Amino acid sequence: MLDSLRRARAVARKEIRQLLRDKLTFGMIVGIPLLQVILFGYAINTDVRHLPAAVADMAGTQLSRSVVSEAEASQVVDVVAVVHSAPELEALLRDGKVSVGLYLPPDFDRRAQTQAEPAAQLMVDGSDPTLLGVAQGLARMPLVGRGAPRSQPAALFEVRDFYNPERRSAVDIVPALIGVILTLTMVLFTAVAIVRERERGNLELLITTPVSTVELMTGKIVPYIIIGLIQVSIVLLLGWVLFHVPVVGSIATLYLSALLFIAASLGLGLLISTFAKTQFQAMQLTVFTFLPSILLSGFMFPFDGMPAFARWIGELLPLTHFIRLVRGVLLRGAGLGGMWVDVWPLLLFFAVTMFLAVLKFHKRLD
Amino acid sequence: MATDYAVETRGLTRRFGKFTAVDGIDLQIPRGQIYGFLGPNGSGKSTTIRMLCGLLEPSGGEATVLGHSVPRDAESLRRKIGYMTQSFSLYTDLTAAENLDFMADVFTLPAGKRRARIAEALDRYHLKELAHQRAGTMSGGQKQRLALAAATLHEPEMLFLDEPTSAVDPQSRRDFWDRLFDLAAEGTTILVTTHLMDEAERCHGLAIISRGKLMADGAPAKLMQDIDALVLEIDPQDPRRAAELLRKQPYVKSVTQIGNRLHALLDKDVREGVKQVQALLTQEGEDAKVQEAPADLEDVFVASTGSGESGEEHA
Repeated sequence: MLDSLRRARAVARKEIRQLLRDKLTFGMIVGIPLLQVILFGYAINTDVRHLPAAVADMAGTQLSRSVVSEAEASQVVDVVAVVHSAPELEALLRDGKVSVGLYLPPDFDRRAQTQAEPAAQLMVDGSDPTLLGVAQGLARMPLVGRGAPRSQPAALFEVRDFYNPERRSAVDIVPALIGVILTLTMVLFTAVAIVRERERGNLELLITTPVSTVELMTGKIVPYIIIGLIQVSIVLLLGWVLFHVPVVGSIATLYLSALLFIAASLGLGLLISTFAKTQFQAMQLTVFTFLPSILLSGFMFPFDGMPAFARWIGELLPLTHFIRLVRGVLLRGAGLGGMWVDVWPLLLFFAVTMFLAVLKFHKRLD
Repeated sequence: MATDYAVETRGLTRRFGKFTAVDGIDLQIPRGQIYGFLGPNGSGKSTTIRMLCGLLEPSGGEATVLGHSVPRDAESLRRKIGYMTQSFSLYTDLTAAENLDFMADVFTLPAGKRRARIAEALDRYHLKELAHQRAGTMSGGQKQRLALAAATLHEPEMLFLDEPTSAVDPQSRRDFWDRLFDLAAEGTTILVTTHLMDEAERCHGLAIISRGKLMADGAPAKLMQDIDALVLEIDPQDPRRAAELLRKQPYVKSVTQIGNRLHALLDKDVREGVKQVQALLTQEGEDAKVQEAPADLEDVFVASTGSGESGEEHA
């Protein structure tokens, strides 16, 4: 048992030495989280503001003018053009010059008073679905100002946004990004780590030594667990500094769930390494597993909006469960006990992949 | 199963698909010897070694190494054998010392002995100055010394060396063989593959392998003495013409030109070989001096494999 530990430690130490000398891999360890957090954090922004808008104010009354300035004050739209007919508005929309067109008819004041029909028209570029949602929000804007003394009907529901009241995308994306980055780097690194030994001929020597399959795999995994936790820290720190992503839950719980996910990813990486003959194949297989993870885990699209079939596949992916865990812990302060439904699939995934990898990895060349 | 043999095989066979790489080899390798596998590339030498190390599973036959049946007991054999692969298989991005460090841990050398063994190995194989140089930047000879140091770090009873001198200059080759004799003197059994005659000749025992089959085995001197051919040395005026004449004779196995002389192998049952060849050449107007000569290892190789080239590729 002690000998076994010593051999696994020897493999781990060797792996770390090699890693420290491999500048490219080392750069990826730090570079990938850095780049992804900054790119995703700034670029993916579903809280849309400052949409270019055109206004056709056919009424020209005090009330109509106040509605236009009200819309502008919301910061959702910036009026970039003022036109004088509906067809002109449509042309601007079609050419993509504006995303929103505000049409106030000549009888705007009368319509606003009677409430029988909508007072004004909002034309939206529906080719971008997110814009449509935003514009619908704008449509619910209450009419204020002197000319609108009517009482607003009370809403059926009052919506309270619990964990992201400002609706900032970064708050949703950065925690999930921990999972995405770990999926990519952990699977890739381990898959390549074993295949590289095979490719360079090291494995032929290794299998004539007393190192067992489990010792070899353990020694290979441990350095990457450490690297994974370093990456988690980088993402968390960046998210906190750059995007003020809150940490509501306990840090220990967060790292524990990251550990679970890292283990699952490394298991997958090891399994891939037993299939791939070259480092290139290992990379291809990694990408093959990476894409569904990104698309079906709830990172890109809302999980509940996906068809049942896609959700089943999603449930098989470790990233799906980790994203739920990390959002739960970071944003809602949940504990692992309460999120057990997402804990056991990770444990199971790790156990199954490791079992298969050890089973498939023969200490032979044939 | 106490036996005097380090390695015993019976009908050892390995097939890759339809191709039979090793075809029913029977071997007995005594302990404490340097035993050579001589054969061209692709003759099945490496495959045999890999089966004996437990790297490949035999398709048929059986083998015992140091009393352990392989591949069944391959794991318990690991600590007793050292293996040097054909291409350098230590880590090129680690230094010599780090590589030895790794091997010492993998073979779990006792903590007290470990440091002394590594220092001894660095000293013995002239690696002291290279201790902190990365293996990837070393020359062929240096890499080979490092590989041997790593393979012998745990003092194995048996050493398998697969074409150890393929990327090494002649001087390093000689030094390497001196180290092998040191190890043999300490009681290590060494199995080494080669396609070089001078190396083969230095082995205590030798097996000639061609196309997966064992063609002949025994001590090199005995193999040369018992050669199944008549060896002639011929000193003709026009060696190229004489060679052409001789090659047409059905009883001539091979003719090799060496400088201005010819070296010919004849069937052993040819009567009065010297006179017959002399008569043939005189008849053709070729005034040649013909005499019987002692066989060398190349002759043994040619006679037993029917092939003129030891380094020839057999697909």
